[in-house]
Amino acid sequence: MIALEKLTKVYGQGPSAVTVLDNLDFSVAAGEIFAVVGPSGAGKSTLAQCVNLLERPTSGSVVVNGENLSSLSEEKLRIARRRIGTIFQSDGLFSRRTAAENVALPLGYLGVTARESKKRVTELLDRVGLSSRANHYPHELSGGQRQRVGIARALALRPSILLADEATSGLDPESTTSITTLLKELRDDLGLSILFITHEMETVLKVADSVARLDHGHIVESGRVVDLLRDASSPLGLALNPVRVPLAGGLDEAAWVVSYTSSAVPTDWVTRLSSALSTPVSLLGASIETINGSVVGNATIGLRASDASAVVAAAAALGLDARPGVLAPVPASAAPDAASDAAENAAPDAAPDAAENAAREPAEVAA
Amino acid sequence: MSVLANNQVPLADIPALVFPALGETLIMVGIVMAIVVVVGIPLGSIIHNLAPGGLFENPALHQVLSWIVSIGRSLPFLILMASIVPFTRFITGTNIGIAAAVVPMSIAGIAFFTRIVENSLRSVPPSLVRVAKASGGSRLQIIRTAQLAEAIPSLIGGLTINTIAMIEYSAIAGTIGAGGIGYVAVTYGYQRFDNTVMGATIIILVATVALVQVTGDRLVRMTTPHAATASGRRYARRIARADIEAANATSPA
Repeated sequence: MIALEKLTKVYGQGPSAVTVLDNLDFSVAAGEIFAVVGPSGAGKSTLAQCVNLLERPTSGSVVVNGENLSSLSEEKLRIARRRIGTIFQSDGLFSRRTAAENVALPLGYLGVTARESKKRVTELLDRVGLSSRANHYPHELSGGQRQRVGIARALALRPSILLADEATSGLDPESTTSITTLLKELRDDLGLSILFITHEMETVLKVADSVARLDHGHIVESGRVVDLLRDASSPLGLALNPVRVPLAGGLDEAAWVVSYTSSAVPTDWVTRLSSALSTPVSLLGASIETINGSVVGNATIGLRASDASAVVAAAAALGLDARPGVLAPVPASAAPDAASDAAENAAPDAAPDAAENAAREPAEVAA
Repeated sequence: MSVLANNQVPLADIPALVFPALGETLIMVGIVMAIVVVVGIPLGSIIHNLAPGGLFENPALHQVLSWIVSIGRSLPFLILMASIVPFTRFITGTNIGIAAAVVPMSIAGIAFFTRIVENSLRSVPPSLVRVAKASGGSRLQIIRTAQLAEAIPSLIGGLTINTIAMIEYSAIAGTIGAGGIGYVAVTYGYQRFDNTVMGATIIILVATVALVQVTGDRLVRMTTPHAATASGRRYARRIARADIEAANATSPA
């Protein structure tokens, strides 16, 4: 496992000093994938450089399996780095080395014999599914394949910690999925602690067990992904699960936001809720996903005027968390089709700004 | 005029005059280039890594070394050669002949190549140094694998330019009796108005330079994996052109 203890990085001195990382405290257990998200300029790259010890922290420490690495001498630090495998952004491969030669790089530095190195490289390329591309040069590989080579190289020295620094940035969605799947497999097989630094919220949902949001060098929020998604008051949870604009309900309907994170909730809860309240339930917008084995459901429903406490109670009986919501501000003349278009348009770019959108929405409705 | 005409070398004797001279030129350039590579690559790597952001950053030492190289680069070769005669004599015991020419040529060549090495290393993405560091490489391993090895096509391109410049310098050295093709061109072609010899030396020089250039270009292509495709070839050519422009921009000769 890897732990950061009061990690602080300051660039410059005196009045012009800039604190890029401020007292970061978190740890990644063996077998855990911990994501750090944040906008550009939040300090993510500096964090990555401090974790793989390319930069020394100004104060605080990086502790790997109980040993404080940040206080080691330059020479010992070089050896210590081998315990942390780093996957860089896509530009990390040596252009004049084949895939196999790129993977062999850390083995060569360590002075492993050619025969042993060859054996290990074959094993690693096989593990990431690239045996057939061993003798290809980086320019002959796709973005996803290049990143697999990067992963194989990061694993060459059998590290217990894997640092992924924007490892899926710039990849197409399919490659991103294949990389996140591979990382999860490796985590399970090798018991790795994976620190996954990214700016892509969607990728966090795919890969991480826990997540922390870094902003201006501070961790502003962190927790298990499932818990954050369940917590309606969490901006990070909202950002991870973007609020899609629901349909407009009937004029006499009140909107309710229903969420649940338990697989104990019956899949036909809409029908059950309807019969429990003896009133029709309009489904206005919903998403149901499985994230790290937990069901995460979010829905906006429309209900004919009912007693609010009765709705909450009926929902609770089904394992649902219901709270009054607001209907989408769609004029009466607008067809439902237009509203669903709006929902689709809103979805792709919702991720980074979802929290702000969510905050803004009631105001727009009021207007 | 008839006296001069009688001094003309008959066409049949030209090969016997020109080819041994070419041999001397090649020996001279070969020795110089060997020294240039052995000294220039480490020196260029050191200067590159002393610069801000380098592996062993040291602005003061970087300034000093950079100034020394700049002085070597700023003197026209003829002046450099003449001004270091005492030094040349101290090293070789003579101030004429191939041995004497090798000293100033090496100094000029090292200064030239050091800049080319620096320039080539600058064009390697700095991210590779971070990768090498994170992979546990020592400084020497990083310089070898993440800097020099990645810059090989660019270094070969620079070496080609440098070799051609040294052929040019050898001709200048010929004027002070260093022998070689330049000496033949000056003593026969220029001082005796022997146009046949002059023509022969020009043909030989053009052919030699063309051969060096073609060999260099081929080596650059062979060492550039992505040069196998059309776009890769364009890329390699662009790099070579940038190197030539950089060399011309800083060349005093």
